[in-house]
Amino acid sequence: MTKNIKISINGVVVEIEPGTTILDAASKVGVIIPTLCYHKDLCVAGNCRVCITEIVGQKRLTAACATPCEEGMEILTNSLRVRNSRKHIIELLLSEHNADCTRCYKNGNCELQFLASEYKIMTQDFIRLAPLKKYSIDMYSPSIVKDDSKCIRCQRCVRTCVELQGVNALTVAHKGDQMKITTFFEKSMNDVVCTNCGQCINHCPTGALVEKNYIEEVWDAIADKTKHVVVQTAPAVRVGLGEELGFEAGTRVTGKMVAALKRLGFDAVMDTDFTADLTIMEEGTELLTRLKKVLVDHDEEVKLPMATSCSPGWIKYIEHMFPDYLNHLSTCKSPQQMFGALAKTYYAKARNLDPEKIISVSIMPCTAKKFEAARPEMHDSGYRDVDYVLTTRELAIMIKQAGIDFMKLDDMHYDRLMGESTGAGVIFGATGGVMEAALRTAYELVTGREVPFENLNIAPVRGMEGVKEASVKIENPLKEWAFLDGVELKCAVAHGLVNAGKVMESIRSGSASYHFIEFMACPGGCLGGGGQPIPTSPEIRQKRAEAIYAEDEGMQLRKSHQNPEIIKIYKDFLDHPLSEKSHHLLHTHYKTRERF
Amino acid sequence: MTTNYQLKRVDFIFKNENDWEEVLSKNIERPSQELINELISSELKGRGGAGFPTGLKWKLSAEAVDEIKYVICNADEGEPGTFKDREILSRVPFKVLTAMAVCGHVIGAKEGYIYLRGEYFFLQPELNKAISEFEYYCKEINLDFKIKIFMGSGAYICGEETALFESMEGKRGEPRNKPPYPSSYGYMGKPTVINNVETLAHTFTIFKYGAKRFYDLGVQYSRGSKLFSVSGDTPKPGIYELELGMSLADFVDEFGDGDTKAVQVGGASGFLVPRKRFSETAIGFQGKLTGISLPTGGSMMLFNSSRSMFNVLDNYLEFFREESCGQCTPCRVGCQQLLKGIKAVKRGEKNAQYLDKLMRLAETMQYTAKCGLGQSVANSFSSIVENFREEMIY
Repeated sequence: MTKNIKISINGVVVEIEPGTTILDAASKVGVIIPTLCYHKDLCVAGNCRVCITEIVGQKRLTAACATPCEEGMEILTNSLRVRNSRKHIIELLLSEHNADCTRCYKNGNCELQFLASEYKIMTQDFIRLAPLKKYSIDMYSPSIVKDDSKCIRCQRCVRTCVELQGVNALTVAHKGDQMKITTFFEKSMNDVVCTNCGQCINHCPTGALVEKNYIEEVWDAIADKTKHVVVQTAPAVRVGLGEELGFEAGTRVTGKMVAALKRLGFDAVMDTDFTADLTIMEEGTELLTRLKKVLVDHDEEVKLPMATSCSPGWIKYIEHMFPDYLNHLSTCKSPQQMFGALAKTYYAKARNLDPEKIISVSIMPCTAKKFEAARPEMHDSGYRDVDYVLTTRELAIMIKQAGIDFMKLDDMHYDRLMGESTGAGVIFGATGGVMEAALRTAYELVTGREVPFENLNIAPVRGMEGVKEASVKIENPLKEWAFLDGVELKCAVAHGLVNAGKVMESIRSGSASYHFIEFMACPGGCLGGGGQPIPTSPEIRQKRAEAIYAEDEGMQLRKSHQNPEIIKIYKDFLDHPLSEKSHHLLHTHYKTRERF
Repeated sequence: MTTNYQLKRVDFIFKNENDWEEVLSKNIERPSQELINELISSELKGRGGAGFPTGLKWKLSAEAVDEIKYVICNADEGEPGTFKDREILSRVPFKVLTAMAVCGHVIGAKEGYIYLRGEYFFLQPELNKAISEFEYYCKEINLDFKIKIFMGSGAYICGEETALFESMEGKRGEPRNKPPYPSSYGYMGKPTVINNVETLAHTFTIFKYGAKRFYDLGVQYSRGSKLFSVSGDTPKPGIYELELGMSLADFVDEFGDGDTKAVQVGGASGFLVPRKRFSETAIGFQGKLTGISLPTGGSMMLFNSSRSMFNVLDNYLEFFREESCGQCTPCRVGCQQLLKGIKAVKRGEKNAQYLDKLMRLAETMQYTAKCGLGQSVANSFSSIVENFREEMIY
């Protein structure tokens, strides 16, 4: 072990491991150094210079985030020189920033605004540069709005797009005063490889990247008495929403959320978890069918491994990057789109409603879902299956606007028909959850026994490792699945598109032999989605994951096929998984896209 | 600086290079430590501008443990007012190639690169010819060392060593955080010696004649000779090799047109010296001047009384506004504010006291910018505004 080193920060002596940055060392002694370009998810850039500190004896000031401590360093974080310089830097950033705060979507949740307020920048001494530049707002994407006039060039979004997602849609172009964050040939976000995952939004300190919001449209729909507005809530929303409304990260607010949605005036509040369970039924059966076609029929048309298709960010990624592998994708729609197709068919019929009068809204931890809902493929009900997609953040805004004291709400239950769910549906919100839910059902379907993991918790597919692997050996299957006897079902789970890319490369090179792979575009799965509360960090995502698994453990039913409403929908409407009706409503195909 | 205030012309750099084969074959037989000691005792400092002791640089890279190391010759000569490296590479390329190979021998590198400024594309054919001849000889003497040219694309910032690495790695040319330094983490993350063209040429002199010949030139802390690119209001613009330590007054006597108002020492990133300071200013590493500049030292621009110092500063800032990589806040926004600021003062849109605010801003840039570019904008800005404040306002 290397010897610890001694340094002092503002006179407080501290012993730290060699290699610790000044920023981390300071936090150990309770000293907060402001940062902008620094983010726990990303590599260090050291370009905003807000975190400068003074090392006694050095003329130049040093970026705390990028500088490792050395033995005997005396560091000052609040000397006059540091204060004046830092104030200068904030002033410079503001001079280049379109500081029209009251008209900004991020007003109140902007790191630059916070710093300006902390340092009480009350005057505008420097020349305002923002109005002098010809900025345009890119509003063509259905998911993301990019406003360069609010960009502070910290490159957090670029590092996110490159390091976390491996997409490289965002990049730095030009130099000097012209330097900006843009895309290939400065095309619109809608026309490039952007997967709409929204991670750039989650990592943007200002309002330069925000979701395209549909709040007013949803208010209008609610107010329209001729419309019947149904809403669905994704699994990960219930463990994130609380953060926007005063709760600690990792607080489960399912019942309060349902109550709030009812107060907002939605006519029916139902659960995407229900269609998550339905996805398991369809996708699990599809997997087993594919296995049979490959192992028994030797059908060359059918491809393994089968890849999940719940994450629209992942779908767009594979369409751009690995279009030759599209036939590996499960044909199942995502739970959101299954719900949308059923809301205007099954639900409409059961409630005796004219589907044309139904407005289907979904609350998602995701911005890619906005794009997904707008895909031309998603009209199988005869109408647009999902009309509006709101992020967790947008829902929080609506709750605040409506004057709902969220903390004081009593828990309420989802409405019937498509509101019942199992623990298997809930864990869709965490990385590995779809895999775990699928295994719980598929294994039982094949063997008649529960999956051989303690308390149904399939630990190998849980956790925050980028790529996880698991295998389940099938022994003594039921008669109809005899061909699977002795087969070791090999699974992989990848979250964060950079990891998805790694797995895809290993498949392409032939070095991996999986049967089934779960892909999620965002780090941590949906709970770390691009529509979730800001800020995000590994710790926050961990807390949300714990909440998801706690929700699962707390449910009486934890296997999708046990869901009584699932049993009912197959009895009353769909007949059986992969029936003609499910093929029509619940399955789809994707298309090849250009790679730029 | 004590003695030697007269101007002394020297002729080392451009002296014939015909004996390069002998210098090479002799020196690669010498132990690495001996060559490093030779360099250290010569007190050669980097001629690119920053003035880092060359011997120490080689020593650090030699001590770094790695299978792969690199030698890079920084020929991204971009500082306004300098044009000496171009001459060295076209007139005595073998000196530079030889020095690179010796450096490779010293630190244990088998590959060298010349990072050639984009605008110097016309040097490429001749240089490539020299490289093939050089490599042919290396083969003959069983020396495993290859040299390649890497063409820059014209960004000033890529002369900054870590931005240069990024550029060579195919990335955007943006300076890295330091530490780690190139001697342990350079090109491709490997220990790298990166030297200016002229520095390498001087090491040739040192390896050929021994450290003493070099050390005997110049004055304390500023040993040896240096090439100066003389331009501006002078009857004899050109490249001159002079001993370090001369006074600026002597320099102006020699090169001025009799009406010299100020001299910009070290290019746009250097300092402007007004007439009243000529006699108290010496050119060398101690005397605050030459060498504090960024990519290329040795630029001497003379201005006579017909020149507006406002226009000069405006021109420099225009250059920095465009050539900043745009990465860090103080440099990207600071350059824009300084430029727009002096224009606003000139037009009367801001009062004269705004210049003081800009001076403080320049100081912040110097303290906080990520690399030498942003840090050195204050050099020319402050020295011009301080000395020619009236010209900025009226």
